[in-house]
Amino acid sequence: MDWQALILSLKLGALTVALLLPPAVLLGRWLATTRWPGKPLVEALVVVPLVLPPTVVGFYLLAAMGPNAAIGRIWTALFGDGLVFSFQGLVVASVIVNIPFAVQPAQRAFEAVGSALRAAAATCGLGPWAAFRQVELPLAAPGILTGAILAFAHTLGEFGVVLMVGGAIPGETRTLALSIYDRVQALDTTGASAMAALLLLVSLSAVGLTFLLTRRRPGVGA
Amino acid sequence: MSAPEATQRGRGLHAQLSLDRPMALEVGLAVAPGEILALVGRSGAGKSSLLKALAGLIRARGSIRVDGEIWLEEGAIVPAHRRQVGFLFQSYALFPHRSAARNLMMAMDVPSEGKARELLAAVHLEGMADRRPHQLSGGQQQRVALARALARSPRLLLLDEPFSAVDRPTRRALAATIAELRVRLQMPTILVSHDIEDVAALADRIAVLEGGRIAQQGPTAEVIAAPATRAVAELVGRA
Repeated sequence: MDWQALILSLKLGALTVALLLPPAVLLGRWLATTRWPGKPLVEALVVVPLVLPPTVVGFYLLAAMGPNAAIGRIWTALFGDGLVFSFQGLVVASVIVNIPFAVQPAQRAFEAVGSALRAAAATCGLGPWAAFRQVELPLAAPGILTGAILAFAHTLGEFGVVLMVGGAIPGETRTLALSIYDRVQALDTTGASAMAALLLLVSLSAVGLTFLLTRRRPGVGA
Repeated sequence: MSAPEATQRGRGLHAQLSLDRPMALEVGLAVAPGEILALVGRSGAGKSSLLKALAGLIRARGSIRVDGEIWLEEGAIVPAHRRQVGFLFQSYALFPHRSAARNLMMAMDVPSEGKARELLAAVHLEGMADRRPHQLSGGQQQRVALARALARSPRLLLLDEPFSAVDRPTRRALAATIAELRVRLQMPTILVSHDIEDVAALADRIAVLEGGRIAQQGPTAEVIAAPATRAVAELVGRA
């Protein structure tokens, strides 16, 4: 078992969720309630990382974060180090790749709250922020949590983007998924199977937890 | 002081509203404190939209004044959460994650469980304070919704089909509660109901909404006895 890769993957997953969740909740809420004509375009952009091959997403991220690209230059100017082939770069890439996993369940959850409850909250004297905090957020919480679990599980298993943006530097960017690949290349099937079993267990637990959370609770929802 | 005197002195509700969406409406209303005005009209005539416009839930043009305070005027819009409206929604719209008492407390400026229990008792729901909406029958949910509409000590009460989900005995009890509360709380009330019996029992005046305008407005008995048009006659059950 590559414990270093496991810890790195867990750290990457936790950081991805922590950084992604707040904007994903706000974007999901906005998409659920806006009547802006450009909404389908934003929805399409949110889904893009899901439908593009990971290597394609990785390639564009690599190009955008490279030392000659604007994002890479700004990052280097601010923090000194480069973004590609670093753990920070991996986090940025992971957040972008996981946008659909976090935003879509949040959007569906806020849609299920419905306009009648929002109107009721307003006539109860709750301003937009109080209504969001006291009515919408508690009702949308299972959907938001589902998105967090999916993003975390997906981060642990992500391969193509991680390889393109981070390489496979031990202790820096070699995640569990990359370590499995390296072990298979080295014909170490015992080591690979132990780590694969761990990822399988995490994935199954995530899916199970997601089903448990999205199970309709009495009286809650549309 | 009589109802017309009160409205003349600026108390109660004075509204002159124009709506473009969801349908075109051009309506003028005046309701005195303690008075119940029934809004009658066919399905889709815009009754619920008019209530929502008064509550600030949908965009409208014109003016709304309640007890002399401006809620809507050119260049001034008081948002829905600052209008101090009690709104009983047709779908109840109770917060499903909160108990009956908490639903009421969420509508209070200073939440008080004691006051919530008192209001629930006033709508004959003693012992139901800790139940969540899904643990209550349709009629009970409707009564919680009425109690919640009153919890904010509203200056305007809007009731959208308040009897649609209750049986006859509950309907009578609920109507009696509303009649008693309007005397006690002295707020202008607008009632939307498709049932002319409920309207006749509760409302002081009727406004008939037809083709985006008020086709007839007057004391309940007068409108029922002498409908101005055939359409009004059909709506008040005289055709």
